[in-house]
Amino acid sequence: MLQIDHISKSFPAGRGQRTMVLDDIVLNVDEGQSVGLVGESGSGKSTIIRCALGLAQPDSGRVSYSGIDVHRASRFDTLRFRRDVQLVFQDPYASLNPRMTVEELVGEGLLVHKLETTAAGRRARVVEMLRMVGLGEEALARYPRSFSGGQRQRIAIARAVVIRPKLLICDEPVSALDVSVQAQVINLLQDMQAQLGLGILFVAHDLAVVRHLCTTVAVLERGRIVEHGSREQVFDAPQHPYTKALLEAVPIPDPAIGRARRTERQLAT
Amino acid sequence: MGVDTILTDGIIPAPVRRRPEALLQVEQLSIDIATRDANVRLVDNVSFGIGRGERVALVGESGSGKSVTAQALMRLNSRVKLSGRVNFDGKDLLSLSPSQMAAMRGQRMGMVFQDPMSSLDPLMTIGDQVAETLRIRGISKRNARQRALDVLDELKVERAAERLDSFPHEFSGGMRQRVVLAMALVGEPDLLIADEPTTALDVRVQERVLDLLDEISRRRSLAVLLITHDMGIVAGFADRVMVMYSGRIVEENEATLLFAEPQHPYTRGLLEAVPRADVTVDRLRSIPGAPPVPAARPSGCTFHPRCDRAMAICSSVEPGEAITPSGARVRCHLYGAG
Repeated sequence: MLQIDHISKSFPAGRGQRTMVLDDIVLNVDEGQSVGLVGESGSGKSTIIRCALGLAQPDSGRVSYSGIDVHRASRFDTLRFRRDVQLVFQDPYASLNPRMTVEELVGEGLLVHKLETTAAGRRARVVEMLRMVGLGEEALARYPRSFSGGQRQRIAIARAVVIRPKLLICDEPVSALDVSVQAQVINLLQDMQAQLGLGILFVAHDLAVVRHLCTTVAVLERGRIVEHGSREQVFDAPQHPYTKALLEAVPIPDPAIGRARRTERQLAT
Repeated sequence: MGVDTILTDGIIPAPVRRRPEALLQVEQLSIDIATRDANVRLVDNVSFGIGRGERVALVGESGSGKSVTAQALMRLNSRVKLSGRVNFDGKDLLSLSPSQMAAMRGQRMGMVFQDPMSSLDPLMTIGDQVAETLRIRGISKRNARQRALDVLDELKVERAAERLDSFPHEFSGGMRQRVVLAMALVGEPDLLIADEPTTALDVRVQERVLDLLDEISRRRSLAVLLITHDMGIVAGFADRVMVMYSGRIVEENEATLLFAEPQHPYTRGLLEAVPRADVTVDRLRSIPGAPPVPAARPSGCTFHPRCDRAMAICSSVEPGEAITPSGARVRCHLYGAG
């Protein structure tokens, strides 16, 4: 469905030099598939998203969605692309317009894409959607400020999913949430995916969250995908030293494992 | 620290532990803040101790009061009203004058925060910033610089001698956090309070910083109060864990026991809600709802609206403290404390 096909991108770094930020990236997301893209800060995760959405132009390679070249699409195809591919951002405090009610926020896509032309029809779809994400009808007239971070992220997900996209791109969607709320949002994304057959491109630095949510995983190191495979391959039998190093550094909530690893590291040095 | 285990009928390993000599003893600490409309209690009647050289984690979600507690120990926030007692090595910190307290801060107690860039002065060299607390104490420029260099070496900052004259922007995030640690450690404090010290860092850098902290705390017998929301970090670092929820410590135990036998439904829920990088599970257990804000704290046990084991009593009566057979200090009606 989404094909990122050998894209590379560099930025000017002064004195005529260029810094390579993406180097020959190949990544596909098929219908109903959940693909995780893991990387540390500065690895190029956001640039990949920007290129995939057509917001940034790669130097070479192409991004296509169901046969549409994202960077050379006609007006008609662009509209379809923007309906089929939706985004959920990291910070639910920044991504929702504070002056719009929940009904307006969630219903906006239906209006823009002319999917429901009557106000009553839109309201019915919004209410149905809010139920799916665990919010009630009483949320309709309220503003984002009266919701907690977890609830805002539910609203953001409702807003993205209400127009029945085929692909959801999630950029660190749970990293700003409290631990007890993170699990709710992760479970919600899992449910949405199962119920609606959504494809998900899940971009995150947190390997544990990616392991939980994604069946295919790509590991990004300084603009290169160094490992790419099924969840089991990448997490249980990592091949690349970078993947191994990342996995060894993820804190495990078990004191025996944590201490054993530290002792091992201290002996190694 | 010796932990001897006595097995009683193979059911409950009851730890008999030689408590380290208390360095910090917090008794019935409450923290209030006056807002426009009302007085809001941020931290409610919290008591705990930290022994010399002991590593204690204070875990909680946003709004639980963990950072406010840390700041209160250092008396850093003048907008809040503190009550109770904070005894540090025989001195009651809450009754010290501002200048006496200032002397405690760099010398006996150090603190590091989450964001290293906001702890550093962008216009001051690394060397001057690390040496500053020593200079304030009247140590000569040369000696202070030497000690700044020593502590940067201890923190494994490479080519520390050359880098004394660099500025913060020339350092990476992990290096900056080491500089901030150096600033806190150069005065050779007995207690380091670290508030989410690695949250802004990538995992590999985080691991290195925690390893360093672990090493230094052992070498110097430095007590550490680590404040975090991350159960993974707690597991690898702390001797003892306190779980804070909505302004109260709801459970406290030795790390091994807390992870093996969490007692409070909140602690249990928190541990089950964390995805792990080493196992695949079908579905995460989640705790419904969200942590309350301090101004709208539920009555009785503050966790009762989210608790799957709540009983009638939980919404009206605040649970007292009970000690369970596993040695946990827990505030929950399931453990029948009066």
